[in-house]
Formats: sequence, C-alpha cells, structure tokens
Amino acid sequence: MSFTKFEDINENISWHDITPGGEVYEGGTSRYFKTGEWRSMIPTFIAEKCKQCLLCVPVCPDSAIPVKDQKRLDFDFDHCKGCGVCYKVCPFGAIEFGVEEK
Amino acid sequence: MGQMVEIRWHGRGGQGAKTASLLLADAAFNTGKYVQGFPEYGPERMGAPITAYNRISSEKINVHSNIYEPDYVVVVDETLISSVDVTKGLKEDGAIVINSAKSPDEVRKHLKGYKGKVCTIDAGQISIDTLGKFFPNTPMLGAIVKVSGIMNEEDFLKDMEGSFKHKFATKPQVIEGNMNALKRSMQEVRGL
Amino acid sequence: MAIRERLSGNEAVANAMRQINPDVVAAFPITPSTEIPQYFSQFVANGKVDTVFVPVESEHSAMSACIGSQASGARTMTATSSCGLALMYEMLYVAASCRLPIIMSAVNRALSGPININNDHSDSMGARDSGWIQLYAETNQEAYDNFIQAVRIGEHADVRLPVMACQDGFITSHAVENIELIEDEKVKAFVGQYKPENYMLNPERPMAVGPYDTVNYYMEHKRQQAQGMINAKQVIMDVAAEFKAMTGREYGMIETYRLDDAEAAIVCIGSSAGTAKVTVDKLRAEGKKVGLLKIRVFRPFPTEEISKALTHVKAVAVMDKAEGFSAQGGPLGADVRAALYNDPFKAKIVNYIYGLGGRDVTVTSLEQVYNEMLEIAETGIVGETYRYLSVRE
Repeated sequence: MSFTKFEDINENISWHDITPGGEVYEGGTSRYFKTGEWRSMIPTFIAEKCKQCLLCVPVCPDSAIPVKDQKRLDFDFDHCKGCGVCYKVCPFGAIEFGVEEK
Repeated sequence: MGQMVEIRWHGRGGQGAKTASLLLADAAFNTGKYVQGFPEYGPERMGAPITAYNRISSEKINVHSNIYEPDYVVVVDETLISSVDVTKGLKEDGAIVINSAKSPDEVRKHLKGYKGKVCTIDAGQISIDTLGKFFPNTPMLGAIVKVSGIMNEEDFLKDMEGSFKHKFATKPQVIEGNMNALKRSMQEVRGL
Repeated sequence: MAIRERLSGNEAVANAMRQINPDVVAAFPITPSTEIPQYFSQFVANGKVDTVFVPVESEHSAMSACIGSQASGARTMTATSSCGLALMYEMLYVAASCRLPIIMSAVNRALSGPININNDHSDSMGARDSGWIQLYAETNQEAYDNFIQAVRIGEHADVRLPVMACQDGFITSHAVENIELIEDEKVKAFVGQYKPENYMLNPERPMAVGPYDTVNYYMEHKRQQAQGMINAKQVIMDVAAEFKAMTGREYGMIETYRLDDAEAAIVCIGSSAGTAKVTVDKLRAEGKKVGLLKIRVFRPFPTEEISKALTHVKAVAVMDKAEGFSAQGGPLGADVRAALYNDPFKAKIVNYIYGLGGRDVTVTSLEQVYNEMLEIAETGIVGETYRYLSVRE
C-alpha cells in the first residue's frame, strides 16, 4: 500500500496496491525512465578531439553526459534523447551527430 | 409551539435594528429560552430599509423561515411608516412599538387601520438624555420587553447589567447610561 | 458539561475551527462565509490558536495553498461560498485525487447568473462529482457538529478524502440560535493529531505528490479513489457513534422524522428540514400521514438508507435547492430516483425545485407540497414530475 516501492509500481499493479494519488516514496526516480528509447538521432563522442572543457555537460536536458574525476565519459544512451544540443555547443568538433541506425 | 413569540424589526441600515434583535435574543437566551435572531439579507446598505426577526420560545425552535405573522413589530425609525407596510401580517392581539415622540393615537392614523395595540416610545430623546448620543437601540429593547412581557423585567434588567459590564469593561462610565436608558424606556412607553 | 451558548452558524464553525486548532487555514473572503476566516483570523491574532493563517489573493489560490499545506503534513482548513467555490473548481479535484483530507466549511449561496448572495445549493451541488465528501447541516448545532466530525472522517486511513461541511448561507450562517458547544479539551481529544503515513516534510522518506498519470495508471487511481468514498460510509457511522458517546447527539447518513407510517414524504437537505418538521407536526395534528427524510450526507450517497426508509411511502417529493437544467429536475431528484429504481415497492416521485436564490421556504409552502403528495398517494395519478415551488406563474 503506502510504502510500495518504486520498482513495484508497474503496469501489472492492481488498483488495490497502487499508491494513493500516484504518490512516489523515493527521490531521483526519473533515472528509471529510459528516455533513450525516444531517440532517432544520435550523438557520437570523439574522445581524441575532446579538450574536456565540459561545455556540453550542463546543457544536456537529460543529464545524459556522465562526469568522473572532472572528465566527461561517453554518453548515457539509456537517457540521451538525441536532441543534439551538445553537438551544437561543442567548440572542438568532438561530438558528431547523425541518424541512428537501429 | 403555542408559547413561541415572533417579533419583526424594521429599521434602516446602520441604525442597529439587527443588533437590537441580537441583543433581544441574547437577553432571552440568558433567561433560559430558545431563541433565533436573524436579519433578512440583501445588498442594501446604510439608510436602506432593513428587516430583522426574533423567535423566542420555551421549546426548541425548528422552523427556519422568515416571519410573516409576527406577534410584535418594532419600528426603530418612524419615517419608515410611510414607505414600509409595517403592520403587514401583525396579529391583532399583538402590538406594534414605534420609536416616536408622538402619542399612540396620532401614530395609529398612519397604520392602515391596524386594530391591535399601538405603543410609542421616544427612544431618540431617551438615548440623547441618558447616553448623550442617538442610539435608539437600547431604549427600543427596553420597550419591546415591557410591551411583550416575554421575560421577567427584573431578570431582564439584571441580565442586561451583566452584559453591559462585560461589553463595556473598558468604559464603565457608559454602563449606567445604558441601564438608565432601559429603565426609562420601560417606564415611559405609551399605549400599554 | 456541554456549554450552553447562542451563536450564528458562522460563529459556531469558527469556534469549531478554534477548538480543532488546525496547522494551516488558507481562505479568501466571500459572502456569506466571510465571517469564518474573519473570526478565525482574530483567534490567530489573539494567540488562541497556533494556526498559520494564509491570506491569499483568490479562492483558486486558497485551495492550492490548502493542497500544498496538507500534502506537506499539516492539517488544513478553508471556508468559501458560491463563486468562490466555483473558482476553486479545478483544485477541488486535485485535492480529492491527491487524497488530501482538507476540511472546508461551505456556506451555501446561489452560484451566479443572475448574481445573488442568498441561499441555495447550486454551489456545492455543482461540486458533487469532485470527489469531496459532502455533509449538510439543518441547524447551527449541526454545522458545528458536522465540522468537528469531518476531520475524523476525512483523515481516516480508509477514506483519505477532503470534506465539505455545508450549511445554508444566511439562514443558519447569520442567524443566532441556541447551541451546545463541546469543551475545548474534549474536541481536541476527539480530533486528535493529524498523522498521515506519508507527508512531504518527512525527511526520512522523500516523496512526490500529484504526478502526471498516464493511461496505464489513471483508472487504477480513480478506482482506488472511489473506494475511499465507498469506505467513507462506515467511517461516517463509526465517527457518529463516537460523537454520540461524547455529546449524546445522534447522526447518521440520513435523518427521518415521523416517517415510519407516512404515506407522503418530503426528501430535502439543510435548513428546510426544520421547517418541514414543523409542517409535519401541523399536518399530523390534522390526521394526515406525512413524514420527512433529511439527507445529511450527500456524498457518499445514502442509497440503501433512502430505499429502506421510503419503502412503504406512496408519494415522495424530492426537494432540490439547485436546478440541474436537465429539463427533468435537480441533482437530488436524480439520485433519489436512482436509489429507488430497484425497489419493488417504488414510490411515486415528484422532483420540486425550490428555494433558489434565497426564496423563502415556509410552513405554508411545504404544506402545499405535502398536500400534493397526499393527493398522488390517494389517486395514484402523478402528473408533472418536475415542478417549481413558490414561483410566480
């Protein structure tokens, strides 16, 4: 009932067990929502050209550019929607952008 | 039910007819009665004719309508007599109490042939004499209690003194004036 | 010992609010409910309560503030009337679907068109499908008692729904009547502390309230919300039983008056019920078999109770203080008809529209209704089933 865990709320849950008013009892649950499935265009990270200026990180609307030890890593494709904002903002041509082949 | 007394008040917005009806309800309540005190509301404001009502009974009051056949009518402003049908529905064995310096017989001429008891009280003058201001409410309250006999006069005066002491705790100098206003109006009401 | 008092309906509710001492009150003034936040803000200013009073710029904001406040874990109340209730409309549904037991004193007034400040039920009847529990009061005493019980009903874990405690504008809200108040400490003990299982200001368990609901979840939430309303009936009865133990005053889903052997009955809501009781007594004294069924709880609707109480009655006048503009009657008429439809001893039903915009409801006018019902009971001929009472022809 009231303490239903986020992972137990899915499309099989009955009306008896669903949380009242759709309440969610955890923070940061948007990471469970894989928006990467929405993508039709895809950015590609060219590590050799990257100067680690990190301009791309704050502009990403989906926090899909992970940073570790002050350096960006490859894209989090579970959440990247392929909007292309990072590609536009990169001053060094370190991000390419094109149609995703599925 | 037979013991229920119904009273209708006529006044003008701002003169305190509603307050007077609530004061009467208070006094009757304090002597152990069931009461209702309510105004008839509309968008009218200062100066417009207003109506207020009282029901007083020794039994629980269930009815929630206005009053159409009152036992008593109180007119706080004499000038209303020409424009408002103040005796409408008033029981012939009841009475109308009017704030006026005139005699009951003089006032009766303007009351569309009402055959019941007509009483007058110069509440304005009493108010000015005892309170130094035009507050006809308190004398009208004394007059209707006297005319209707709805409660024991001594109990009423005792209760009102208590109310005034509470209400005017910060200006005790006006308590005596208000009490005098009540007593004088109970003595001076004409047409009994 | 109960406290013998004389108060107007608005004073009575403001005092109930003071005794409950809620965490937050957010309200915007509108006739005839204005006095409630007015008196209550004096209690706040004088330190009689610990409540945070939120003066807002509109009723939409008032209900929005109530929602945020209650969701954060605070017991929250408001008061409104008429167009104010209408301006809250969107947020009423949010409060109910978020399962937030906000308590509202709704002082019934005609909902505009043409503008009018006097009593009828068109404001709260318009909100009857918003998911709020609705209690209606006949007297100042009931307005006070219902308001106190509303807290326990709405907050019950099986219910978790907001409650509208309604009373008739001016007729009870501005009329001074005798009333028995309950001692402060008894009211406090009766309502207890608000203890929601989850609330937004709980640092132990962060939570989100009111998320967007997709096709795959929305209906499950609505079904669950409906269960809260279904469960409410038992909770209302349980709370009433506890209230009776405290005060001796009895409440149910409905109240009946001299109905047991009645051939003709009136079904009505609110202050008119008192006038109907006087009418019943008068007609009974003339040997006429008439009775009354008063609706105290309109949402959830007391279907079984009404059906059971009216089984033997031959003709029923259902009185609506709100037009439904369905061209066949008002909302109470529709629901009472539905309640009796499967009853094998179906009574003949006439739906009256009455008392709109403050049109006075008198013993004389209700006597006319009873006499019309007695004629139907005798002849079996119903005639027009959608009638207006006390309207100039």
